[in-house]
Amino acid sequence: MDTVSVKPSPAETLTDVMARFTAYIGKRLPNDVSDKLAQLRAKETKALAKTVYDSMAENQEAAKRLNRPSCQDTGIIQYFIKAGAKFPLLGELEDILRDATLAATKAGPLRHNAVETFDEKNTGTNTGRSIPWLDWEIVPDDDGATIDVYMAGGGCTLPGAAKVLMPGEGYEGVTKFVFDVITSYGVNACPPLLVGVGVSSSAEMAARLSKKAILREVGSHNANPNAAKMETLLEDGLNEIGIGPQGLSGNSSVMGVNIENSARHPSTIGVAVSTGCWAHRRGRIRINADLSYDILSHKDAVL
Amino acid sequence: MKKILTTPLSDEDIRDLHIGDVVYLTGRLVTCRDVAHRRLIELKRSLPVDLDRLAILHAGPIVRPLPDDRFEMVSIGPTTSMRMEKFEREFIRQTGVKMIIGKGGMGPETVAGCQEFTAVHAVFPGGCAVLAATQVEEIEGAEWRDLGMPETLWINRVKAFGPLIISIDSHGNNLFADNKATYNERKIPIVERISEQVRFIS
Repeated sequence: MDTVSVKPSPAETLTDVMARFTAYIGKRLPNDVSDKLAQLRAKETKALAKTVYDSMAENQEAAKRLNRPSCQDTGIIQYFIKAGAKFPLLGELEDILRDATLAATKAGPLRHNAVETFDEKNTGTNTGRSIPWLDWEIVPDDDGATIDVYMAGGGCTLPGAAKVLMPGEGYEGVTKFVFDVITSYGVNACPPLLVGVGVSSSAEMAARLSKKAILREVGSHNANPNAAKMETLLEDGLNEIGIGPQGLSGNSSVMGVNIENSARHPSTIGVAVSTGCWAHRRGRIRINADLSYDILSHKDAVL
Repeated sequence: MKKILTTPLSDEDIRDLHIGDVVYLTGRLVTCRDVAHRRLIELKRSLPVDLDRLAILHAGPIVRPLPDDRFEMVSIGPTTSMRMEKFEREFIRQTGVKMIIGKGGMGPETVAGCQEFTAVHAVFPGGCAVLAATQVEEIEGAEWRDLGMPETLWINRVKAFGPLIISIDSHGNNLFADNKATYNERKIPIVERISEQVRFIS
């Protein structure tokens, strides 16, 4: 019997790549995160904290060996897209990423985490109204796309908070807000955390920037010197509190603090915090116009 | 050397434990979370598993079904214990459970329950779900399957399950409550110091 081989369409090709990449990031941490965890583990001096770091390392080894998601909570799937205006599959990308989530859910396997609000039913597919969540930026004069995949787990999503301060509260108020959120809610969010801070005008502007901030590499800095200084001050200050891995006390509290900012209204300072747990599962992939790709977050990754 | 406790747990085993101790568990460990607690305490249904002198785990695992009504544990990380705080004291009283394992701390009601009925709460490191799965030797049974995979009572035979960090002991101590008080105390001078260096509006 003759078999007819049908060449997959460009959309099918990209769906397959994104499905495999989405499943992959649930199993391996990005290089910046695993490097930082190794550093924190090496310089930890408290016995209890060391025990926890050892378990984390053992867990990542086991996830790799057994090819399983490293944490049972594989989160709500979010894609942050920087698409070139001339990317050939721009119009199809939304459907592609939804199909990729469906496929990754089976292949991962990913836990079923999409619950329709008001109907309050788990869809069982990790897709639902506006889920996977897409965030778009269009880049003029570019024909590729860079996509960040993020698994927003329940534990590290819970501390999320935004507030609009009066300018009189200043960056002093921003500092207090960050510390209050982390000491109240960060302890149960699987520290050491990557803390994202958005400094902007309104609540939703700051919230979006705070999430963008945790997509930035651990150890990278804001281009504005004052913002970069504040990142370091907050990181050092939070570490001084010594929340430790799992909140059990230790030499550090965070993997870092990243600030993203925009201009603001003269009468407001919008501030928000998003946190990533130690198992900060995100990945960045660059798709070229010919659908070849480079994985930027995980070196030596094979899909 | 690892300190390994074996079920059934005696009151002596439990009284020997203090907050911050690291132990491992061998024997029978049953997953038990939100709805199981609610059914026992609020709906007054009796549990289908006898938990006397055993341990429970606050967790919703990923389980793979095998032929002949058998199962494989794929991934079993702890979930936030605080959600069970409103039920746990009464749960300990009614079941005789000796060890409650989960993530993060629990509150004063659980502390009271642990002291009154000689039990402990312990933390398994969050996010270490594959490590935990490798310490499950066998799933011996599954009860209340109508609750779906995460909420089913999975009866596990575990070997050296841990590390388990004692967060509430039977002597009235609460590690997370102590830690939180320390963190909040440390925070105040640090925030003041940073505030002086971020006066960008001037």
